[in-house]
Amino acid sequence: MITLSQRKTIPLRLTLLTPVVAIALTLVIGAVIFATLGYHPGEALYQFFVAPISRPDQVADLFVKACPLIIIASGLVFAYRANVWNIGAEGQMILGAMFGGWVALTFPDLSGWVMMPAMIAMGMLGGFLWAMIPAILKTRFNTNEILVSLMLTYVAALLIDWTVRGPWRDPMSFGFPLSPMYADAALITRVYLPGFGHLGGLHWGVIGALVIAVAAWFVLARTLTGFQVKVMGDAPRAGRFAGFNPSLVTIMVLGISGAAAGLAGMVEVSANMGQLQPEISFGYGFTAIIVAFLARLNPLAVIGAGLIVALAELGGDSAQIALGMPKVVTGVFKGILLFMLLAGETFNRFHVRLKMPVTAVREVSDA
Amino acid sequence: MLEQLLLTVLMTSVPLIFAATGELVAERSGVLNLGVEGMMLMGAVGAFATAFGTGNLWLAIIVGGLAGALTGGVFALFALGFATNQVATGLALTIFGTGLSGLVGAPLVGHAIDGLPQITIPVLSNLPFVGALLFSLDPMAYLAVALLAGVAWFLKRTRGGLVLRAVGDNHDSAHALGYSVLRVRLLAVLFGGMMAGLGGAYLPLMLTPHWAEGMTAGRGWIALALVVFASWLPWRVLVGALIFGGITIMQLAGQARGWTVPSQFLSMLPYLATIAVLVVISRNREFSLANFPSCLGRVFHAGK
Repeated sequence: MITLSQRKTIPLRLTLLTPVVAIALTLVIGAVIFATLGYHPGEALYQFFVAPISRPDQVADLFVKACPLIIIASGLVFAYRANVWNIGAEGQMILGAMFGGWVALTFPDLSGWVMMPAMIAMGMLGGFLWAMIPAILKTRFNTNEILVSLMLTYVAALLIDWTVRGPWRDPMSFGFPLSPMYADAALITRVYLPGFGHLGGLHWGVIGALVIAVAAWFVLARTLTGFQVKVMGDAPRAGRFAGFNPSLVTIMVLGISGAAAGLAGMVEVSANMGQLQPEISFGYGFTAIIVAFLARLNPLAVIGAGLIVALAELGGDSAQIALGMPKVVTGVFKGILLFMLLAGETFNRFHVRLKMPVTAVREVSDA
Repeated sequence: MLEQLLLTVLMTSVPLIFAATGELVAERSGVLNLGVEGMMLMGAVGAFATAFGTGNLWLAIIVGGLAGALTGGVFALFALGFATNQVATGLALTIFGTGLSGLVGAPLVGHAIDGLPQITIPVLSNLPFVGALLFSLDPMAYLAVALLAGVAWFLKRTRGGLVLRAVGDNHDSAHALGYSVLRVRLLAVLFGGMMAGLGGAYLPLMLTPHWAEGMTAGRGWIALALVVFASWLPWRVLVGALIFGGITIMQLAGQARGWTVPSQFLSMLPYLATIAVLVVISRNREFSLANFPSCLGRVFHAGK
């Protein structure tokens, strides 16, 4: 029997230690699972966490992989802080890619100075509008946002599938479900470092992602908007007494997280693919949920968390190639990591003891 | 022809009946477990591996249920033992279950098994129309309805059911009366996991005789929506599951007949219907919240 008693204060070292311990435990449990399934655990962990970043350009590619995760998680932090459960970022990301793609494909002759801002705005609008569906249904009809935002992810995946096989298919694609290539002005370019040249696939979207994370931190920590979000999540009653409108906060946080996801979708396509495809995301919208939690819902920490989770994603590829593991094994790691982080949260807030259930006497906190 | 169509509707709804009934029990005890999809997948891969390895389909059903319950146990360890946030823990369980089932099932991809045999009930199955529909189904379909009936009876007519509902409606009072909130919830979550596992097992054993990664395709989430649709009353789960089975089959039939609507839009129907139904149900608060477990999703720990 596990008994919990509340701590009066949370020591800083615990706050910092939790993610580290969670990651360490995830590795141990992962190793045990690998061994059970007949893989050499050391070799598997090496392929997962060391092999993908053994050269500088691979480190740059790690940032590229983390880019959509950081952008999406920076937005999700707002929703989760306000206790609004947007788990449809995957679908919002797809809509952002489609709205951005619409600009690129419909107006291929725009100059770069018009094209890129228009694509950014439309990408954000796409994700924003898709997130407004659960937002309005929740505030108007009290409909569960978890289920609606998730169902819309399946709808979004089918929608993009239809566009690239139907109206937006490139007539020159030999029947492949691909849109025409974007014009050069619609592509996000790689970063050119003087003296180094290009470093892996490092593109300007990565720089943008870092800026977005910092901006999200500023809004959340230093503005009234951020304060409203936090109050509505931690003490909704107090928020109502203070005159905050809960519906407005719900719409706002869903809008922010949707717009961020939409932007991530547009950036991902424009920087890495250059055309729309049936699959543009590979689960980034779901993985970003873990990033947000690993960062303990702090946008600045999202950057580091995004890099760590991106490493596990790249590790999945590397383990697939080197050891023939199925790609889904990354999901095992991600799931365990999220479990460990959540349990770590409990160890922060409570004294945890293992006890025989003798009596149901209330624990007296001795913190 | 119509008989065949209706039969497929029934079969499509069986996994939903299992999973939604299990989740309903967990939710009535106050636990929101969003990991249904992950538990179903573990049940599916467990059942398929057993059927493929031993050829024993009865054993496969049992293993499917056990795999689901075990996965539910992981949820219970964190959400109940460590009092973690239930929404996030459920998501973790779905991610974990999807990954682990894919890993375990990787060597099984591409193999096929024989499905479950029909059980024809003598005399009754000779009745025109209903005979083929209701009295010559597979054993798991009967089991699903039997378990649903059992749950309805248990919740409404037994002392245990009363305790379970009390724990879900007000865990502090139940605790003060001397009931072990966490033990009740643990049992409810394990039962929910077993039911999700059985629902998952039905997929490879009856619907498609092979294993594929993520083969539940969102059924776990639809089961969660069904519980809301049923407004936490067991028999309404049956109605909801049949409606969703009908919509799924309708779009498949539409695709087969070459309706001019692009197939992607037909495939959206079950998801859009789920949203539409959720809106219709939840806008009527009196109806939707009459049996709502007030402590749903709220963390309980005895030592405050």
